[in-house]
Amino acid sequence: MNRIELQAIADKEIERQQELKCRVLCCASTACLSSGGQEVRKALQDELKAAGLTKDVQVVATGCKGLCSRGPVVEVTGPAQERVLYANVTAEAAQQIVRQHLVGGQPVNDYRLDADSPFFTKQVRVVLSNSGIVDPERIEDYIARQGYAALGHALREMTPEEVCLAIRRSGLRGRGGAGYATGLKWDLVRKADGRDKYVIANGDEGDPGAYMDRTLMESDPHRVLEGMALAGYAVGAEQGFLYVRGEYPLAVKRLERAIKAAERQGVLGSRIFDSNFNFRVDIRIGAGAFVCGEETALMSSIMGRRGEPRPRPPYPAQSGLWNSPTLINNVETFGNIAPIILNGPEWYAAMGTEKSKGTKIFALTGNVNNTGLIEVPMGITLREIVFEIGGGIPDGRTFKAAQTGGPSGGCIPAEYLDTPVDYESLTALGSMMGSGGLIVMDDQTSMVDVAKFYMEFCMDESCGKCVPCRVGTAQMHRLLSRLIAGEASAADLATLEELCRMVKALSLCGLGQSAPNPILSTLKYFRAEYEARLKSGAAHGAPSQEAA
Amino acid sequence: MTTPSQVLTLKIDGQDVTGRADETILQVARENGIHIPTLCFLDSLSPLGACRLCLVEIKGSPRLFAACVTYIAEGMEVLTKSDRLNKYRRMIVELLFAERNHICSICVANGHCDLQDLAREMGVTYVDFPYRYPRLGVDASHERFGLDHNRCVLCMRCVRVCGEVEGAHTWDVAGRGIEAHVSADLDFPWGDSDTCTSCGKCVQVCPTGALFKKGVAAAEMVKHRSFLVRLTAMREEAE
Ligand SMILES: Cc1cc2nc3c(=O)[nH]c(=O)nc-3n(C[C@H](O)[C@H](O)[C@H](O)COP(=O)(O)O)c2cc1C
Ligand code: SF4
Ligand code: FES
Repeated sequence: MNRIELQAIADKEIERQQELKCRVLCCASTACLSSGGQEVRKALQDELKAAGLTKDVQVVATGCKGLCSRGPVVEVTGPAQERVLYANVTAEAAQQIVRQHLVGGQPVNDYRLDADSPFFTKQVRVVLSNSGIVDPERIEDYIARQGYAALGHALREMTPEEVCLAIRRSGLRGRGGAGYATGLKWDLVRKADGRDKYVIANGDEGDPGAYMDRTLMESDPHRVLEGMALAGYAVGAEQGFLYVRGEYPLAVKRLERAIKAAERQGVLGSRIFDSNFNFRVDIRIGAGAFVCGEETALMSSIMGRRGEPRPRPPYPAQSGLWNSPTLINNVETFGNIAPIILNGPEWYAAMGTEKSKGTKIFALTGNVNNTGLIEVPMGITLREIVFEIGGGIPDGRTFKAAQTGGPSGGCIPAEYLDTPVDYESLTALGSMMGSGGLIVMDDQTSMVDVAKFYMEFCMDESCGKCVPCRVGTAQMHRLLSRLIAGEASAADLATLEELCRMVKALSLCGLGQSAPNPILSTLKYFRAEYEARLKSGAAHGAPSQEAA
Repeated sequence: MTTPSQVLTLKIDGQDVTGRADETILQVARENGIHIPTLCFLDSLSPLGACRLCLVEIKGSPRLFAACVTYIAEGMEVLTKSDRLNKYRRMIVELLFAERNHICSICVANGHCDLQDLAREMGVTYVDFPYRYPRLGVDASHERFGLDHNRCVLCMRCVRVCGEVEGAHTWDVAGRGIEAHVSADLDFPWGDSDTCTSCGKCVQVCPTGALFKKGVAAAEMVKHRSFLVRLTAMREEAE
């Protein structure tokens, strides 16, 4: 494979798509498949056959379009065709779409989605730019949208130093939670001594309610692979591992196919783009422990050992897999790499705030009208996300809090709705960016129950290695249960707070260090709800779901 | 660049001390007679950093550092005692007492127990947390030794000595979080283990009465640990 051949594949695919009258893009991600996406696709195909349109119209199984609560989502698009989006499509609706729209030329207004609604216009799709548009199982479709062009360019025109410099100048920070500067990490691994180096993509995604990484892997697997290969070139690694949690079989299947296709085309494997650079990617499947997303536990798991964190330093960049320098990034982080190389770091750095550049994907869920997967520029306010993209709170209720960062994050109350979403601002509010879970809560939500939910999660997911997290989470959970049962005294509440501070300061890894955050942040903003639950406390604040 | 053998100067509790670049804060503190409480650490075993009792403050950082796994640096200023550290260490010991069923008066290790010593050192006369009283078993299937899970603090000394020194790797951890427990082979009764050599090293390194010799009565189980340092030193000489 060389760059001319790559362009030829792209041209051929574009030509093929131009010759069609139109293409019908059907979401085939986990969410839409579970709401009947497969049947819709079949109905479309059958009806097109009946109408004799199979030559002119192609039905494409794509990745996610984001509006998961309104699935299955279908898009009609073509060279001489207005782009039309349909939501909540059923098999009957699919037949109607073929007859009325594709044959008759009249869009079916009953199922039509307004493509100009804020849900779409307020989003900026960089990482998800192909998601919902390309067929994740066809590499040609990816190549037709400049896929692997960044890799081809870098291998020919850039030195590894220059690739690292571009990532540094883009201002990209890790999307796995902590927000460490990606270019800096790459440089550390590049400069580390070691004959064998490794690249790991972290696709463990254990936060309850989060599915950003699953969607990216399912919808555009080649984007992740291209980012990993660029990283391998930049840091001097020839072997990559993609760590995917076992609960994501569709992502694994698509990634496996993508790796095979990429090797066949010569964009992965030996002598990529006829250069001296070799890069292999192997998939490792996790067994679904949250702690295995922590980088040292993840490496331990890849090496076949118990998935337990170890103290850092040494950091993976110095001593990671089999004591070799190892680069580990989140899959969404890798999803940003090819666009940065193609469009330049300045283009990327122009998006976002001073310290948080680019875009972030969020899984928007909870008490909000439009739930789904969104990609927004950093610095957008929570208000814009909840009330414009999310379409506000359903059932006439009011906004109470937004939970970000999952079990490591916290709840942000209404008075901070105008806070820009970036790493520093969310941390300053006692929450964190986290990997991208965003749960909207209305005025009926009890914050103590929310805190207990997350503490139960942390207690169950603690690996048990260090004392503060192993025993501390169990004790915090007990104290919260007592409080909810109306059995806790003011002294118990004081013990709970003390314990929170201690577990945060003393735990070995990020799980324990951040486990108290949901309690601390709800105590900070909703203390009255805790006090109302005390043994003889006056009842104010929201009622408990459990006690009710 | 610092090399492992380079000598560095630092301050521990205001005292000027020196150490080699490949030494941890704990090692240098001990060489200079400065006491830092530890539980999971045991000389000659790989440091684990799990009990978190050895946490110290380093000037200029808001974080706390486990002295057993943190290497010294030139000009470092370490504080091993402070109100905050004392309070947190005490809480750790309390959490351990509340975790399982530690009833000293009937324990074989009464009077010779590291957990008891720590409690005495920190002045733990009562426990602020509710006791969990879990129902845990005793594995008496081995002909010479016993394992009482009620007294285990999960320091992993047995796991490490068995893997790193004896090379048998009989012990490991099963389960996670508060359910984690040491297990022989694939969670078999100890007596059925194919890998156990019955060397007894695990019994000697166990800080409490969790691993014990059969036939000893309450307070009779005195453990001998000096063999470990001598054995390691002899092996290093032989190499
Ligand atoms: C308990 C715990 C769970 C984690 N889970 C994930 C995860 O599922 N995915 C992820 O990318 N990072 C996770 N991380 C963060 C990783 O340790 C690591 O920082 C990250 O993969 C680095 O990639 P980045 O620099 O691209 O963010 C987790 C951290 C902790 C402490
Ligand atoms: S903080 Fe929790 S998850 Fe992390 S090492 Fe300690 S016990 Fe394990
Ligand atoms: S002695 Fe350092 S953590 Fe246990």
